[in-house]
Amino acid sequence: MTLYVLEYHLVSYRRIWRSSVLSSFVLPLLTMLGFGVGVGAYVTGGVGGVPYLDWMVPGLIASTAVQIAIGDSTWPVLGGFEWQRIYYGQAAAPLRVSDILDGHLAFIVFRTVLSCAAFLLIATAFGTMHSWWALATLPIAALIGLAVAAPTFAYSATIRTDSYLAILFRLGVIPMSLFSGVFFPVESLPAVLRWIAYALPLWHGVDLSRAATLGVAPAWSASGHVLYLALWAVLGWLLAYRQFTRRLVV
Amino acid sequence: MTLIHARGLVKRFGDFTAVDGIDVDVRRGEAFGFLGPNGAGKSSTMRMIGCVSPPTDGTLSILGLDPRRDGPKIRAKLGVCPQLDNLDQELTVRENLTTYARFFGIPRRVARRRADELLEFVQLTERANSKVEPLSGGMKRRLTIARSLVNEPEIVLLDEPTTGLDPQARHLVWERLFRLKQQGVTLVLTTHYMDEAEQLCDRLVVMDNGKIVAEGSPRALIERHSTREVVELRFEAESQEAFADKLAGLGERVEVLPDRVLLYVADGDAALAEVHRRALSPAGVLVRRSSLEDVFLHLTGRTLVD
Repeated sequence: MTLYVLEYHLVSYRRIWRSSVLSSFVLPLLTMLGFGVGVGAYVTGGVGGVPYLDWMVPGLIASTAVQIAIGDSTWPVLGGFEWQRIYYGQAAAPLRVSDILDGHLAFIVFRTVLSCAAFLLIATAFGTMHSWWALATLPIAALIGLAVAAPTFAYSATIRTDSYLAILFRLGVIPMSLFSGVFFPVESLPAVLRWIAYALPLWHGVDLSRAATLGVAPAWSASGHVLYLALWAVLGWLLAYRQFTRRLVV
Repeated sequence: MTLIHARGLVKRFGDFTAVDGIDVDVRRGEAFGFLGPNGAGKSSTMRMIGCVSPPTDGTLSILGLDPRRDGPKIRAKLGVCPQLDNLDQELTVRENLTTYARFFGIPRRVARRRADELLEFVQLTERANSKVEPLSGGMKRRLTIARSLVNEPEIVLLDEPTTGLDPQARHLVWERLFRLKQQGVTLVLTTHYMDEAEQLCDRLVVMDNGKIVAEGSPRALIERHSTREVVELRFEAESQEAFADKLAGLGERVEVLPDRVLLYVADGDAALAEVHRRALSPAGVLVRRSSLEDVFLHLTGRTLVD
């Protein structure tokens, strides 16, 4: 049943996949040029013994996973309840609430991995990958995607207007993207901010991705990172399931 | 055979009781209507029957199954046309049907064939590849009806199927629904349009404040709760009230409205003759048959409940 819902989202996606895929390639390309050639020229010493671009790219892949996963879990989910109301149509069919939720989440993970794969391809072409472990960034991206999409689903299913989404982006997504070790090591943050970065999911994904593309050991234990991201995914799913049930079964 | 069987069905939202202990039986092949003003509990009842809203109390059985336990199994045999369209605006007309069919586990090939047949049925074949967004309200509603038929349901639930449509679109929808009824599909609909209920329903219940206040065929309801004819008189005066006394005793009931006086009588022409005999000369006169609307307003009152 979950597969039927995923199939619906894929059919829906087919209408825009060309422009979507194009933008998945353009964004990393521009980033590579802007940061690699521009900013990278100033950071001549590199970071931790590797060129700045090589150090930053895995962080950007993880950050892309977050952007895509959260972006696709906000307006589409809110609209599914408030505007197009497609969830209500699905609930009238023999689907369970968990099918509706899981099918949509599966699509988000698919989108996330697709975008990160495009980024990985471009980044490889620029010679920033140091190890075959780089391929592990894709399952890592899937996990990060789930870890942020599930709680975002819960949030988007709770609010009634999209003005609350701006709050999520300004107070959540943007600070998290800036302070999670994507552009500079979290060690250079004051202790308070550093602990916020540890608490949020992105840094864990960044550290894992960086270890993968550089072929080194992560700063924390890899299984610790995975478990922490899984915790976000599971708690987020439970919250999302509760909100979806509240909206669809009343 | 009884497809929907409810006894003492109750739906509460916190302190508010939307449906207050109703008994309903819908038989196979009939068109059954829930009539009532806004807030009467029609949609809440429909949502319980649609298995997306668990009853607070009472028994409900649909196709012999218990909605609390067998929700997905029952929904697999229902077609639902909701009050607010929830079509996918980004997809084409045909894709809306084929993707929805997949939710019922219908194979893709069958889904495509059925989509084409249904588009033919609701006269949307020419728009099959158009997106939904630019369609008119009537077309969207027809598409929603087509979507509700994609699983060849045993019961079709229609929540205010023609609200907001223009007269042409309404008649086309009625004609299609009538065709479904002829094919033996069981229809359950809610409406606050009396002409819709008279056109489509074999049997109906009138709901008010969550309770059923009358039940029967449109004809039987008119016979039981109204007179055969109604005389509408319009007097050229500040207040119609002044004429009420002079009309006393005429017919079963005299109702004074701000702009006219209604006489509920068996024989309209005879009553009118009596009006003239009493030396009254109304500026406007209309003798008509009693309609379901008279029953409805009599039972649920003329006060606006919004």
